[in-house]
Amino acid sequence: MTPRPLLSVEELRTYFRTSAGVARAVDGVSFSIAANESVGVVGESGCGKSVTSLSLLRLIQRPGTIEPGSKIELEGTDLLSLDDESMRRIRGNRIAMIFQEPMTALNPVFTIGAQLAEVPRVHEHITRRDAWARAVEMLGTVGIPDPAERAHSYPHQLSGGMRQRVMIGMALMLSPALLIADEPTTALDVTIQAQILELLAELRARTAMSVLLITHDLGVVAESTSRVIVMYAGEIVEQAGVRELFAQPHHPYTEGLMAAMPRAGTKRERLTVIPGAVPSPYEWPSGCRFHERCPYAWERCEREHPPLYEIGVGHVSRCHLAVEPERRATPHLPLAARAGAGA
Amino acid sequence: MRRLLAGRLLQGLAVLWVVATLTFVLLHIAPGDPYSYQGDRRVAPEVVAHWRHVYCLDRPLAAQYACYLGSLARGDLGFSISQSRPVREILVDYVPRTLELMSLGLILSFAVGIALGVLEARHRGTFADWGSRGIALFFYSMPDFWLALMLALVFAYWLPIFPISGIENVIAAPTYSGWQRLADHLRHLVLPVTALVLMTCAAIARFQRAAMLDVIRLEFVVAARAKGVSESAITRHHVLRNALLPIITLAGLMLPMLLGGAVLVELVFSWPGMGFITAMAVGSRDYALVTSSVLVTSALVVAGTIAADLLYALADPRVRAK
Repeated sequence: MTPRPLLSVEELRTYFRTSAGVARAVDGVSFSIAANESVGVVGESGCGKSVTSLSLLRLIQRPGTIEPGSKIELEGTDLLSLDDESMRRIRGNRIAMIFQEPMTALNPVFTIGAQLAEVPRVHEHITRRDAWARAVEMLGTVGIPDPAERAHSYPHQLSGGMRQRVMIGMALMLSPALLIADEPTTALDVTIQAQILELLAELRARTAMSVLLITHDLGVVAESTSRVIVMYAGEIVEQAGVRELFAQPHHPYTEGLMAAMPRAGTKRERLTVIPGAVPSPYEWPSGCRFHERCPYAWERCEREHPPLYEIGVGHVSRCHLAVEPERRATPHLPLAARAGAGA
Repeated sequence: MRRLLAGRLLQGLAVLWVVATLTFVLLHIAPGDPYSYQGDRRVAPEVVAHWRHVYCLDRPLAAQYACYLGSLARGDLGFSISQSRPVREILVDYVPRTLELMSLGLILSFAVGIALGVLEARHRGTFADWGSRGIALFFYSMPDFWLALMLALVFAYWLPIFPISGIENVIAAPTYSGWQRLADHLRHLVLPVTALVLMTCAAIARFQRAAMLDVIRLEFVVAARAKGVSESAITRHHVLRNALLPIITLAGLMLPMLLGGAVLVELVFSWPGMGFITAMAVGSRDYALVTSSVLVTSALVVAGTIAADLLYALADPRVRAK
């Protein structure tokens, strides 16, 4: 028997009911994360990856709601049945989150020391002085030079990389079991990106926490996760170990993402793009949600919504190619490209 | 910080100089001078000649201007014809009363306005939000003098709860003990201050509500929730602190409005302050008094704006650093 995972998500549905209709931003997502595991979630913007991460913390604001039937379990606790106060005690404590743009995610009018010290102050009975001391210590841990001095700085006085270090420190103040990192390196220079990913890996190794890394960048996923979830149109379309996924991507969407990724060592005239755009969450396409943009789609794909087929050990793919693999031999121009050419 | 203060003070002086010059020019566009008024024959020509000489009115325009600025710089604001005493003495009597009314009005209308704005933003879209905004807008859109008159009518005449005019009970006050006298004075303050608050707090509430809603959308609010900060602490701490910044600027801008309102309120409630005395001075063509109160009013506005700038710099670390 496998040990109970740290986090298990089953049939998560997060819908936004607006006057324009119901946007099914996250539409039946199931996955789990083991202790000390690092899992990546990739997909284009609009695929539902950020809404998924906010749903885990129950931070979805009106008019969004997590639909009945969804289940989020952390360390055996059903998060969706908790009252607001109990949920508040989990945030920043058992599950913490870091954001894409540390400049906007930090409050401009408070010192970084105060913002770090706030975390233990809202969760524990602790004096102002002790909280401050822990904030300074954490700033040192995340590699801020001269932390006692720097704790008195305001966010605008730090560089982008330093700010993201502060965000990470803020998230790790209470040693959470799970860290959700939503595009943590997207806003940073490439050299700084590597430093931040290295810091995250180092901290994960030291603290036994799990990391859910949300990104659109497959390169980031390859470097720092062991398992990858590919999301498209509010659903998981493929999930596999990181090596397996890069060696043998199954879903045409994953293939497309990889073809769109620049690769060192190979010379190509231009990067391939996936034709068309992510469809609207108000009206997902029938059948397979990717069929309009897929080079292999046939009539079954328009008609029948594919389940997650088991491809290999721990490898699933939401594509009918799993049962009709011979169709991969005959790619054609996708529907979206044809419509695009006609316009 | 010190450079900011020095810069603002210099700007303020420049503004005051412009105001002084403008009033000088305006007065001299009008034909004649304060002593050419022929209505009152009781003033002997020698007396008129004496005052003309004292205020340099018997010299060329440029010399008059220099003389005028010189006496302003010395603090000599001239002599009030209608009250027969130096303008400076009059201002010393009347300005503090206006300051009392204004500062109470300012503090209370900001306290009420900010509280309303925060509550409206916190409960946005609810009945309480709509109701509060509707009522505030009603008072805001009513003419100021009508509002003051209605307050007097309802709470002093129909329901004689509060005194209708003045700053104290002139007949009984001399017999009061210190505390009784203070209580009596406070009772006289209620209606004028209420009028000022009703006139201005709706605008403040609207600004505060909008500022709160602007800040609530920002990512650090989501980040604070993700840290486990409670919703009420987020409003009080993270959102309000940021949303107060534009309100500080508003306070500087509201000062002239409030001063304008104070003139009306002082007239309606016979509050013997600057507004009251200025209105009287206009009626009796007391030019020295009118120009001086214009100058004092602009000085108050300038001082308020400087105070707002300094407060802003204190409240916003991003400005403080520059």
